[in-house]
Amino acid sequence: MNPPTVEVKKKKYCRFKKAGIKYIDYKDPEFLKRFLNEQGKILPRRLTGTSLKYQRKVAQAVKRARHLALLPYVTDLLK
Amino acid sequence: MLKQYETVFILTPVLSEVQMKEAVAKFRDLIVANQGEVVYEEDWGLKKLAYPIQKKTTGFYHLLGFKADPDFIAKLELQYRRDERVIRYLTFAMDKHAIAYAEKKHGPAKEAVPVKEEKPAPKPKKPAVDEDIDIEEED
Repeated sequence: MNPPTVEVKKKKYCRFKKAGIKYIDYKDPEFLKRFLNEQGKILPRRLTGTSLKYQRKVAQAVKRARHLALLPYVTDLLK
Repeated sequence: MLKQYETVFILTPVLSEVQMKEAVAKFRDLIVANQGEVVYEEDWGLKKLAYPIQKKTTGFYHLLGFKADPDFIAKLELQYRRDERVIRYLTFAMDKHAIAYAEKKHGPAKEAVPVKEEKPAPKPKKPAVDEDIDIEEED
């Protein structure tokens, strides 16, 4: 029996739309790590707040970075 | 119609500095020989791989930004596959946002980087720093 959460939720927003970023670079693994969990999996939109358009681009960039061994496919303790 | 592409390839770390330069020159010349035009170039040097490829844990990364005919890509990738020095490659067709991003990073595209066909020796080029790009945004 959990008490209902009363904390005010911070509104999520798409950082790409907000900052006006149009292109997500696959060559920048440090930036892409913000969208990965510790195992190197891509975080869902419901956690990051990224819009669908940019989530697709993030996913594509992460996959390219993995192919070039800039990011691991599987790992533990990425960060 | 020329399209702009970006290609990154990883060379095996067993090569010497000279052999590595030679391999890079081969692909640069291949682009030029096929009516392409090298727009920019980055040498990332010997980098650690995120996971082993062909039992290697490091590799020489090299990036070429170029304009070429779309039919040329198949030729280029065939050469990558035939060359056992290349352990991984990626060719990326750039859209307008990618081109804008690259221009911001490398300066606006001037008339092709002066690369001569008859001079395969690569110019002594400082490895371009790629780590300093910061996409402004806050958490």
